[in-house]
Amino acid sequence: MSDVTRRWVFFAAIAGFAAFYLWGLTGLPGFGNYPGPYGLIINKIAVEETKATGVVSAVNFEYRGFDTVGEEFILFMAATGVSVVLRHLRGERERPGLEQGLGADEPATSDAVRQAALVFVGPVLLVGWWLASHAQTSPSGGFQGGVVLATAFIMIYLSGGLLTFRRISPIDLTDAVEAAGAGGFAAVGMAALFMSLPYLYNYLPLGIKPGAVSSSGTIALISFFVGVEVAAAFVLIVGEMLEQTLLRQGEPAREDTR
Amino acid sequence: MTSTEALQIVVLLLVAAGAPVVVLIRQPVRQVVALSGYGLMLAILFLVFQAPDVTLSELTVGAVVLPILLLLALAKVRERDK
Repeated sequence: MSDVTRRWVFFAAIAGFAAFYLWGLTGLPGFGNYPGPYGLIINKIAVEETKATGVVSAVNFEYRGFDTVGEEFILFMAATGVSVVLRHLRGERERPGLEQGLGADEPATSDAVRQAALVFVGPVLLVGWWLASHAQTSPSGGFQGGVVLATAFIMIYLSGGLLTFRRISPIDLTDAVEAAGAGGFAAVGMAALFMSLPYLYNYLPLGIKPGAVSSSGTIALISFFVGVEVAAAFVLIVGEMLEQTLLRQGEPAREDTR
Repeated sequence: MTSTEALQIVVLLLVAAGAPVVVLIRQPVRQVVALSGYGLMLAILFLVFQAPDVTLSELTVGAVVLPILLLLALAKVRERDK
């Protein structure tokens, strides 16, 4: 096919696509008009029913908590996958001289970056913890809190280097914490079954005052476990990639794929 | 037009302009920095459309974690090229 023909085929295809696309757009509800009843019902009953003023968290960890379990394990499997793919392969050597500190050929981190990163570690930990523990009262939750907590570890890497990062987050420990977080979520749901209640039923006392930190029963508890899982998963992923980049060199031995 | 709507239009235009910028920068390291800034813009977009929880997710993942993973991958590739 010549270039000219190819171009005309492309133009014909894009014109057809654009026509269908525009036709589809005309059928959409107006901007900001929400036609479904589900959101309106949730807005009306969620605070009363769950005593959580963070309705997004109420939806995530209660009304469709089962979906969130699935999403939780997507991240869990992704982190597991990274660990498996980046495991120590045959033929890979650790870069020499790392036991005495970072590789000599690495450019030294500037003092400004180290200091700034160090200053941020505390506040970032606090914000992450606040987000993860206030899912029931504010638009936050375990996922956001967990990622912010993980960035605190990245700050520690920036200010102290890989060895410090590894010392405060050994792979085995991070693995275990991640598993505990993911398992904790599932276990909170399973506990309901042992009380002859539906899976993930909110069996804890809900509290009286909506918006109190101690309110909302299992929503707050699940958010906590999600925060632990997400923080550990991201620390694990970043740690594996840091190690792969900074520690290992050499082509992995080609394994016979026949 | 309310001030919120005006803000929404401005941010939508910024996001629409930012996407091609990220694509058109051809140097990977600079592209990652631009992507990080684009993540920040998306976060602001979600904020002005009243989705603060999505804002937090986008801010942490799009503006921080994703660029870090990309930079690490680039460092690894660069080392192999040496």
